[in-house]
Amino acid sequence: MPECSLIDRLSARVRRRSFRKRSPSLGSTRRRLATAIAATPLAFVGGCDVLRLGVANPAGPVAEAQWHLLLIVGAVLFFVAAPVLILTPIIAWHYRLGKKGNVYRPTWTFSWPLEGLIWIPPTGIVVGLGFVLWHYTIALDPYRPLPSTQPALEVQAVALDWKWLFIYPDQGAAAVNQMAIPVGRPVHVSLTSGTVMQSLLIPQLAGQIYAMAGMTTQLNFAANRPGTFRGQNTQFNGLGFQNQKFEVLAMPPDAFEAWVARARATARPLDPAALDGLMQKSVPPEPILYSSVPPDLFQTFIARTQEPSR
Amino acid sequence: MSATEGAHPGLNIAHPHAQAQEETETALFGFWVFLMSDAVIFALLFATYGVMLPATVGGPTPATVYEIGPAFLETLILLTSSFTFGLASIAMKHDAPCRRILGWMGATLVLGLAFLALEVRDFITMFAQGATPMRSGYLSSFFALVPLHGLHVAAGCLWLVVMMAQVVVFGLDGRVRINTLRLGLFWHFLDIIWIALFSVVYLQGLIR
Amino acid sequence: MTEPLWPALLGRFGWQDLPFVRAWADPSLSEIIGAGAGALVVVGGLAVVVLITWLGRWGYLWREWFTSLDHKRIGILYVVIAFTMLSRALVEAVLMRMQQAAAINAPGFIAPDHFAQLFTTHGSIMIFFMAMPFLTGAINYVMPLQIGARDVAFPLLNAVSLWLTAGAAGLMMVSLVIGRFSTGGWTGYPPYTELAFSPDVGPDYWIWAVTLGSIGTTLSGLNFAVTIYKLRCPGMTLMRMPMFVWTSLCTSILMIFAMPPLTVATALLALDRYLGFHFFTNDLGGNMMNYANLIWLFGHPEVYILILPAFGVYSEVIATFSSKELYGYTSLVIATMAIAVLSFTVWVHHFFTMGQSANINAVFGIATMTIGLPTGVKIYDWIWTMFRGRVRFSVSMLYSLAFMMTFVLGGLTGIILAFPPLDYLVHNTLFLVAHFHNMLIPGLLYGMLAGYHYWFPKAFGFRLDEKWGRISFGCWVVGFYLAFMPLYVLGAGGMTRRSQAVFEPAFRPWLYVAGVGALVLLSALASLFVQLWVSIRNREANRVPVGDPWNAGGLEWSIAAPPPEYNFAVIPTVNDRDPFHGDKADGDPYAPPKRYEAIAMPANSMTGPALGVLGAVTAFGLVWHMWWLAGFGLAAGIATIVARSFVRDLHRTIPAAEVARIDRHWRRDIRKAKPVGRAVEGTPANRGLAEVEA
Repeated sequence: MPECSLIDRLSARVRRRSFRKRSPSLGSTRRRLATAIAATPLAFVGGCDVLRLGVANPAGPVAEAQWHLLLIVGAVLFFVAAPVLILTPIIAWHYRLGKKGNVYRPTWTFSWPLEGLIWIPPTGIVVGLGFVLWHYTIALDPYRPLPSTQPALEVQAVALDWKWLFIYPDQGAAAVNQMAIPVGRPVHVSLTSGTVMQSLLIPQLAGQIYAMAGMTTQLNFAANRPGTFRGQNTQFNGLGFQNQKFEVLAMPPDAFEAWVARARATARPLDPAALDGLMQKSVPPEPILYSSVPPDLFQTFIARTQEPSR
Repeated sequence: MSATEGAHPGLNIAHPHAQAQEETETALFGFWVFLMSDAVIFALLFATYGVMLPATVGGPTPATVYEIGPAFLETLILLTSSFTFGLASIAMKHDAPCRRILGWMGATLVLGLAFLALEVRDFITMFAQGATPMRSGYLSSFFALVPLHGLHVAAGCLWLVVMMAQVVVFGLDGRVRINTLRLGLFWHFLDIIWIALFSVVYLQGLIR
Repeated sequence: MTEPLWPALLGRFGWQDLPFVRAWADPSLSEIIGAGAGALVVVGGLAVVVLITWLGRWGYLWREWFTSLDHKRIGILYVVIAFTMLSRALVEAVLMRMQQAAAINAPGFIAPDHFAQLFTTHGSIMIFFMAMPFLTGAINYVMPLQIGARDVAFPLLNAVSLWLTAGAAGLMMVSLVIGRFSTGGWTGYPPYTELAFSPDVGPDYWIWAVTLGSIGTTLSGLNFAVTIYKLRCPGMTLMRMPMFVWTSLCTSILMIFAMPPLTVATALLALDRYLGFHFFTNDLGGNMMNYANLIWLFGHPEVYILILPAFGVYSEVIATFSSKELYGYTSLVIATMAIAVLSFTVWVHHFFTMGQSANINAVFGIATMTIGLPTGVKIYDWIWTMFRGRVRFSVSMLYSLAFMMTFVLGGLTGIILAFPPLDYLVHNTLFLVAHFHNMLIPGLLYGMLAGYHYWFPKAFGFRLDEKWGRISFGCWVVGFYLAFMPLYVLGAGGMTRRSQAVFEPAFRPWLYVAGVGALVLLSALASLFVQLWVSIRNREANRVPVGDPWNAGGLEWSIAAPPPEYNFAVIPTVNDRDPFHGDKADGDPYAPPKRYEAIAMPANSMTGPALGVLGAVTAFGLVWHMWWLAGFGLAAGIATIVARSFVRDLHRTIPAAEVARIDRHWRRDIRKAKPVGRAVEGTPANRGLAEVEA
């Protein structure tokens, strides 16, 4: 039997007031607003610069296609999220206990039209996105050569601790932590690892693909404007992991030839002594260029795994 | 669930009323579930073996290390041991004197130990040929799959000894009967795994 | 490498393996923090032992808690483990956030080696020793009550699971004092974790802690599944079970089938490390890709193991606090089973970048999107449960609402990650880290906290303090947004995960905001402990002895709070869903039984604690290559199991007179209590007796 005691009435009033202050719809909206306001001055301090470093600032056809895909998917998903984000606070607040005049149907538990609405449009979205996914996954397969009138530039990447060795087999040169590529020409990278599993990522151009010892993986991409782009290893491999960054220099074709010439002129061959040095765990402070490379060096790395480890 | 619906077909449990039948149901159903999780482990090791079969790295291959004779003998021994355990179960069902039950259990134990002895001899022979698990990925996968089955058989043999001791100490009370049923499931399960092993590992390896 | 001190006895242990010795040799801040953590474990452990001794409670703890086979006690102990390990792992997260905020073109204060151990222990603890125990404890406590059973199907196995988990958690804590932990992340990818690259004890600690825990979990899954299949009370068909029981069933099935791949993965890695096998080594035919497949065959169903119980909690909480029946029960059941089945079909999405063909990636990408469909159905079913209800904003309900809105954002980023070309860009970046925390914190953690607030009064007989509950809730929500939304941006900007240092000034403001968020999350945890303290202090005012503080419909609310050991004086018979609502509507919810029978309950057993300790001892021996210790632990464990099998006296009978006495005491509380309406359920007027509307 409900008794309208003083305690009940007082506590009911306290409850109502605390609800008004603490309702999740208003409360969390206010909190999110506060977060956004707090973050705004940070954006002026250069926070938004971060987006220029990655996926929102593509510099090649692969990354561009990925960015467009992200926009398409994001737009579709907006319509998936919006109903939940709108309906949840509205329904919860509208049907709160204590609001007079609401319809109350405690045993209403099923409605065929509503079920249709709950299952069918989302299924349609998933099916539609499925087609989009299939198309883009085939098109942006890292193993797929880029369509082009020019032949691809061959680069062989060897992941080491904690650096990347880039071999240019056709040019007979190599570099550590620096990959120079000509603008507009597709690049075909073959990857392997001289140590543990690693992962090559160049956020503005393409990525990402694992590099594993004893195996070859491939990456096809191109740059369509000149610039210096950040590359990194994203698969943890030890104490120097966070330092394992490299730069991708995209330059006009003649500048690329000049770079190759510069490398060959360094008089620093990638001989066994230099290779031994590279196999030590270290983080080179600066990129290193090599004037010559032993033939089939890449194959040598892969063949090493057939012998017992040293 | 009425008493007759839930009655477990098999051993007559000491007190034939509903609660004991239900407890047996539950205990055996649980053991089946455990065997299924064990089956998943074996399945993954079979898959690993299948994937690593080519990884011989210039070392011993299935054709060079497997011998069909011992493997076939082991198969016969294990199948016979399942048969003898079945006879032990039937003896228990018909409330035979303990001596007969212990006899069939003992026969199962002897066969199980013989199986293990033959298997260990096989492994020693392989080691002598240089076919150790440290030699290649293929041999590693072989030595994970087959000895895991062997370890299970060894555990089963230990369990047999314990059950025989309990038959002597407690006679055929409810718990002894339920645990014997479980041991039976375990033993027959290992038999099935062995058949898969024999087919996938030995037969396939020698036919190639 | 450290010099072993006394190999025959102490294996490969040397003085350098103690963090105190390392900090003495190199008093950098990083080492001092490590030594401090080790000291905390030692001092904290000693303090607990001293306190219990001083209070003279060892006998009580041993009899009533450690050797108890009561599912309710075991459930509570699981939750205690969860909260303890949550505290450690959250502090580790704060340390990492502080380091990343400090180390922008600077060294920071945590060295790379310690940072790597931090992210590894943080992930391993949160998954295996916080989330799993929390949900296992919740299922343990609530599920048997909801199906009208007296205990789980295998009470001893239940205790063994608990103590294996506790032993593994203990091993994690010991790794702070003796040795070091793995630096290979919570998934321990080889070949980095192979001997060639990590010969130290770290990966071995990880392997054995995870293996012990995973065995415990497999056995729990088995136990729960058999309980639900076989021990439901008369009349409770599958389609009359509460949703929490349905999700517990699907979780259990997932546990049974998904933990074995983890056991296989860690066992094969152990074979590589201990016996020189070549499963995942770089040389002689090893293939690390097999490990990735095995670990994620486990890992993906694992995240559904984590989320399904939370979904079950939300179903219970939202229905109760909307004063309505759950909308779309059948759809929810179908959706739950669909999620369970589909969870085994998507594992490759964790390594889209490993170089398999585009066709394979596309198939798994589509499967990944498909699994979002039943989840969306569930969210809409919960929204329509609130529709035309009477929503009360209790702390549990607040968590549920925050979950619905925040989890869907994480689901969106999940769909983004399901597209292989997009995954190629953000895999292993902070975008991924933000995504899975976006699923786990609003999904699993809010769910467990909602369940904690919901069922605490049932377990302990008094409600939790509402004010501190809201403070904690506010901090969890604000803290989550501040700590993780910036990570999406950072990931899109290319910042890698597991980075001890960063070199892009543009990352700075976002890392600062994330750091503040981490501190707010720490306050959220602290508030929970304050809430517990305040609640215990005010327990008399907030007692709800009659047992139904929220006017809910499950069988668990039809008994006293705290419930008697045997749960139900008479096993109930049900004929519909929400049976207690039905009883209340019929007007006679507390009808006394016609007669009382003696009840047989499982007797206490020390097998659980024994196997837990021996398991941990064996693991410790294996880690340090103390073969005599490992052998002893294993032999003693087998001996314990064999010895237990010879015990005949497995039950304790509670006489009918005792059952009657306990029951009548409860009925006195019912007569003394006044029924309260929902508007005042948060006040001391609520004694656990619900006023039923005509």
